[in-house]
Amino acid sequence: MTGVRIFAVAGEAGHLLDGGWFLDHAWAIPVVPAIAFVAILLVGRRLPMEGSELGVASMVASLVLSAGAAWQWIGRVQSAAEGQFVEPVVRTWSWWRVGGVDFTIGQHADGLAVLVALVVAFISTLVQVYSLEYLRGDRRYTHFFAALTLFSAGMLTMVLAEDMILFLLGWEIMGLCSFMLIGHWWEDGANSRAALKAFFTVRTGDVGLLVGIAVLFFAADGWTRETLGLPGFSIRGISAWALSGEPDATLITIAAVALFVACIGKSSQFPLHTWLPDAMAGPTPVSSLLHSSTMVVAGVFLVARLYPVFFVGFDILGRGPNPVMVIAAITILIAAALAFVQDDIKRVLAYSTVSQLGYMMLGLGAGAWLPAVFHVFTHAFFKACLFLAAGSVSHSASHHSFDMKRDMGGLRRHMPVTFATWTVSTLALCGVFPFSGFFSKDEIIDNVGHNGYAFFMWVGLGGAFLTAAYMTRATWLTFFGESRGAAAGVSHDAHGAHDAHGAHDGHGSHAGPHESGPLITVPLAILAVLALGSGVLNATPFGSGWERIKDWVEPVAAVVPAESPSGGAARVLSAPVAPAAEEGDSHSSPCGSQTPEGGVCYAPQLAHAKFAWSKALLSMAIVFAGIASSWLLTSRLFGARDPRLAGLTARHRLLGAGHRLLVEKYYLDALYERVVVRAIVGPVARGAYAFNQRGLDGIIHAVAAAARVVARVVYGTLDQRVVDGTVNGAGAVAHRAGAAAQPAQSGRVSQYGALLFGAAAAAALVLVLTTT
Amino acid sequence: MLVNQFLLLGAVLFAIGVYGVVARKNAVLVLMSIELILSSVNLNLLAFAMRSGTADGHTFALYVIAVAAAEVGVGLGLVLLVYRNRRTISVDELSEMHG
Repeated sequence: MTGVRIFAVAGEAGHLLDGGWFLDHAWAIPVVPAIAFVAILLVGRRLPMEGSELGVASMVASLVLSAGAAWQWIGRVQSAAEGQFVEPVVRTWSWWRVGGVDFTIGQHADGLAVLVALVVAFISTLVQVYSLEYLRGDRRYTHFFAALTLFSAGMLTMVLAEDMILFLLGWEIMGLCSFMLIGHWWEDGANSRAALKAFFTVRTGDVGLLVGIAVLFFAADGWTRETLGLPGFSIRGISAWALSGEPDATLITIAAVALFVACIGKSSQFPLHTWLPDAMAGPTPVSSLLHSSTMVVAGVFLVARLYPVFFVGFDILGRGPNPVMVIAAITILIAAALAFVQDDIKRVLAYSTVSQLGYMMLGLGAGAWLPAVFHVFTHAFFKACLFLAAGSVSHSASHHSFDMKRDMGGLRRHMPVTFATWTVSTLALCGVFPFSGFFSKDEIIDNVGHNGYAFFMWVGLGGAFLTAAYMTRATWLTFFGESRGAAAGVSHDAHGAHDAHGAHDGHGSHAGPHESGPLITVPLAILAVLALGSGVLNATPFGSGWERIKDWVEPVAAVVPAESPSGGAARVLSAPVAPAAEEGDSHSSPCGSQTPEGGVCYAPQLAHAKFAWSKALLSMAIVFAGIASSWLLTSRLFGARDPRLAGLTARHRLLGAGHRLLVEKYYLDALYERVVVRAIVGPVARGAYAFNQRGLDGIIHAVAAAARVVARVVYGTLDQRVVDGTVNGAGAVAHRAGAAAQPAQSGRVSQYGALLFGAAAAAALVLVLTTT
Repeated sequence: MLVNQFLLLGAVLFAIGVYGVVARKNAVLVLMSIELILSSVNLNLLAFAMRSGTADGHTFALYVIAVAAAEVGVGLGLVLLVYRNRRTISVDELSEMHG
């Protein structure tokens, strides 16, 4: 539906497509939804669809604009010579100039930005269409669409930001909107607690972003100003500076660590991953958007955007594992393990997101930039589809419950479209061959091994096994076996009735499980098609001719002549280097391996693993082993209630302890809430109290004692004789004056204000008259 | 430079703010009017900073913004407490201090 609309508009604007109009106006992509946000708040309630039409329309407009920009970017890349760096389309506007520092706002449209912007606009459009049905009749329908639109606007702002200040702005807008959307139903205390938890956990990491931006600015500003004529906030400037061989090794490592802390918070990596599963408290469309293309991808995007800083700061491709990979590997495994003990279908998906973000980070940490970015691309489609399918199940089959064990089961017969889309996306997530996840996830694992990190490759393969297993468990519990609870048409109070499979083929809203309406199934179907097909855009197994995303998005590591500081037009010269190496570790470009001469580098030289079917078959075998073993165990445990398996965790001590550790989420929540928060709050409060009691009160007591002594002396001599006489006289005068001035003391604040301003005006008048 | 226009705008904002403080009865609106006054002051600071070309005015304006944020926090807290105690936030009702 939406796709048809894009092409219709694109056809009419055919003459615009040839030039650079869309790329030059890429700044409009976030501006349109931002304006729509204000419009929804102002006039939304008075519109026939309560403001939702503005949200959907603005996202469609963004989608058209970003599709046009993507089209033109592809044209530009294809017309460029082999091995030539394609300049990003940058437009800036200086909004504050002080003390010799220019603060600019602007767009930075290159392959990465355009790709992610396109995905964000696309998923946002589908999610908004889905929300029309899902949120129908909600208390705060208008506000929901306003916040959803601003959420997308924040992500698009961040994606297309030219400098780190605008980047920070988009980043923080998303933090705010996630708080508003997760706590959308804040009347329930659990929801508002989840919103607060998400906000504060992410804020903990955000401190790192501020520190990182400040460190980078003060470290890079001089160099960028001199060499490129750019301020030290500029993303191009920072990238070139990082690869120039100039930066101090310690300084750039500090900056990289600070920025990575922000990514840990935002992309919910270990140990700050705890907020993401609780963020399920929000409405399902929010979870879908938050998990697929906005918010959590922001951290991955930051690493990809400022890749030179991380590349140099963490010595990626250098000796030994770096912090990015270690954190990512821990995240992949612990999150995947947690997904096995969840009963809530959305929590399974949440932990799966955490684990998949780990894959993206692992790829970035191991120098597999493009596979990681490609995984962002494919993951957005299948994860959005999985969440929307889970929402469809709860909306139409399980009375708004998300509990797989209690209220689902056997739903494949009632919801064929939801089941089909879920299955396609699950296979994509597991990384089964023709589905999109295979092309991206396998590429990450393959390149991690290729770049010399064998241990981390096995971690990735182990994660793939776990992914296949927990998704099979969730699929079985939801769609196979017997219908339970609400899915079987019983209310929560009466358990046990497993009848009524075909009885409720209802068309009413809550007449038993049934398929959802077209506003829900059409977005699901579109996403499922992309979950199946988007992999071919970078299908490494079929040869280099199929690696389109790589050609379009990966910046060429070439030495580019530096722009003149006077701001002359940037000339793109064909750099005298060989095209990027397809395989092998030989560095054909100085970028990233030595100081570039006669110019600057914007992207480090990365190697790409050569595809081999043997490696793919190994990972396929692991995935199918995961699916098969999980299927057997799950169906025997939950379907046949095998007495050898049922209650095993209660009987076996070691397994019980492991299960308990997972159920308690490794006790991290307990650690944060009971230990960290109390350790900070408790001593601070006690310390303040002690200071108040001993320090301040002591001073006051001493002063009072001294004052008493002085007062006694004064009273005897001075007061009784001299002062009293004067006071009595003055008192009489004051009494009369006070009586006269009493009306002024009306107790009315506004009158006091008027007197204050009147007196100030009179004083100002006197000042003006005396000085002129 | 356009300093005059900025100063004129600042004066108008200031006057609107003073009117709000004196004439409005709703405590929240009074607080908002105070914000307007602070904004007009900021505008003046920035206008003169632009003319002198130094960072002093900018710095001071940032301080004003920070202090204004704190002031609004305290002010709204007071309004909330007044409302809890008296179920009204009309400043005319708060005349216990009359002489």
